Formats: sequence, C-alpha cells, structure tokens
Amino acid sequence: MEKIKVSVFIDRENRNASLELENNSVVLDLLDKLEINPVTVIVSRNNELILEDERLNDNDDLRILSVISGG
Amino acid sequence: MNCCNSKPIIGLYSGEKLCKIHFNDYFESKVSKTIRQFELLGKEENLGVALSGGKDSLTVLHILSKLSKTNPKIKLNAIAIDEGIHGYRDKTLEKARDFCNKNNVELHIFSYKEEFGLTLDEMLKILDVKPCSICGVFRRYLLNKKAKELKLTKLATGHNLDDECQSIIMNQMKNNIQASARLGPKVGLVQDPKFVQRIKPLYLCTEKEVTTYAFINGLLDSFNECPNVPQSFRAQVRDMLNSMEQKFPGTKYSTVNSFLQTLPLLKQQFRSDAVKICAKCSEPSANDICNACVYLEKLKNSIIVK
Repeated sequence: MEKIKVSVFIDRENRNASLELENNSVVLDLLDKLEINPVTVIVSRNNELILEDERLNDNDDLRILSVISGG
Repeated sequence: MNCCNSKPIIGLYSGEKLCKIHFNDYFESKVSKTIRQFELLGKEENLGVALSGGKDSLTVLHILSKLSKTNPKIKLNAIAIDEGIHGYRDKTLEKARDFCNKNNVELHIFSYKEEFGLTLDEMLKILDVKPCSICGVFRRYLLNKKAKELKLTKLATGHNLDDECQSIIMNQMKNNIQASARLGPKVGLVQDPKFVQRIKPLYLCTEKEVTTYAFINGLLDSFNECPNVPQSFRAQVRDMLNSMEQKFPGTKYSTVNSFLQTLPLLKQQFRSDAVKICAKCSEPSANDICNACVYLEKLKNSIIVK
C-alpha cells in the first residue's frame, strides 16, 4: 500500500516536520505518531479546521495549533 | 452527528459535530447563558476586561464588545498589566493594543516597573520565589486597585473551564479548600466595596472551544507561552487533566460541575472571614499586611543587603 507524505508546523514547538503515513491515515494517526494529545490541539489545513477523523492526503500542509493558554 | 451539510470544524463532548457558523452561535450562546445563569452582569455596568492579549482575554473582550454595541448601558474598558516579562508580555500587549484600536475600546496599561519600581524579571533575580506566586499577587493587587480608580463596576477575566478545573484540583492537592471557596463564575466570598467584582464569562467553555472560536474570529496569534509556566505546579496539573480527558472524555466538565454543587457550601463555610485593610497600603487584605506589601518589603530589604 502506497504511503503518503505530509508537512506539519507544530506551533508549540515552533518547528516544521515532514512525515510519512499509511494511505487512509487520518488526523488522529498523525497526532499519535507525533505523540500529541488531541485534547490539547486544533488542526488546520489550508486555514480551515479539520477534525481528528479527517482523512489526510499526499502533500497535505497542516498546522497543529496548541490550545494551551500562554500563562 | 453533524449539525448540517457544511463541513464540521469541532466535535463536542456530546458527540455533535458543528460547522463554523453553528459553532460560532453555540459558543456565543453558551457565554450568554453563563452570564444569565450566574447573574454576572446587571442592566448597567462600567465593565472592565482584564486583557492580556492572549486568546482567552481577546475572546471575552470580543464577545463583550459585541454585547456593549447592542446595549449602550454596558460601557467597556480594557485593563492590561505589563509585568515586564521579557520576550513574552511585550508581544501579547501588541496584540491587545491592536484589537483595542480596531474595536474602539479604551485600553489602560499599568506596569510593575511604574507601580512597584521593578519588573517581574528583576524581582525574580532578587528573591528566590516561585514566579507564578509573586506574579499572581502583584497582578491581582494592581487589577483591583486600578479597577477601583477607574470606577469599574465589574472586571471580566478570560478564565475558562480548564483554568477552573486546574485550580480546583491544585487547591485539593495543596489542602487549601479556602482558596476554592473564592472560585466560581463570580469570584470571591462576599461582595465588598474594597473589591471590584471579578466575573468569568468563559467559565463553562473548554480551552479547545475558546481556541476554536479565537481561530475562526481571527483572534488567535502564534503560540506564545510565559517562560515561567513550564516549571509550574499548574502546568503539571494541566497535563495530568488533559491526559485524563483523553482517556475519559468529559472529565473536566464533570469536575467543574460537581464542584459547582459544593461551592455554595464552601462560600457559606468561609463567609465569616472578614476582609481586612492593609495597614501599609489600605488595599484589601487577608492579613494585617497584604501579600503585595510583604513581597515589596522583602524586595526592599534584599536590595539594601546587596
């Protein structure tokens, strides 16, 4: 089964990452791989929010935004 | 279950999934309901919002701003406290100024440096104390003092359900139930003219809901955390609660809702504790000398010794 490649920006860590996932992966699979608790983030693709069960596509460019208050 | 045919952007604890428009309505209705249910606002108010420039306080200011436009008897001001935390507060204050300029809200900024002679960073170099403890004392002191000077009738903060849940658990762990008696959507034990009543319109909104609302309303900036937070007790309790919420959805709601049932009993139990006046500064105090003056004395003595 072909894999997909996605790019993510993780705002809490201020870093970009590129990951390979199984085809048919969803947002939750991405968060699991990054060891990010889904309760603590919202995820956007092309400036639109997407849910944890949203299917990811090859070459997706995502932003993982922390919900945690700054202080 | 989706609200309609539009793409959902958030799933609620109930299982319902809401699109951008329906979520916006849901969130604003929830805040309105909180204000009504807990009688947070009267018919007329000279209302202040404690504005840090972060997503929570911007969200509460955004919603109260809309309310104030439709109800001219609710006058709105914003108060920001500049602790002088380098690389953090200056960024959030920029966001605060920007919002207030665009929305025609009067913004009053007060700094630790002007009021106490030192920034928080400078205080922490002199005294070996937990940053959040000293920062919290001075911030609450200044907010109350300046709110009174501005003749505000109420002061709204951006505290959300997650914040409250953390405070409840922290107080239990520290055997400080008296502190919990002061929690709730309306802060404090009794109404007293020495205090400007603080209210929490976002009380029943989770952090995730606030962030989602902030995102869709253009109030969310890049992640910016106070450098003193990661080491704090609160951060550890927060992480524990988020871990529990992941495994057992609804944990935070249940904790806060069950606490609300005990809150009237707690307020009753500790109501008789009189609010004193600080012998040094005449501000309200739990003791003969308020915590702010105690810290200021320690700072003064430490500087003299050095």
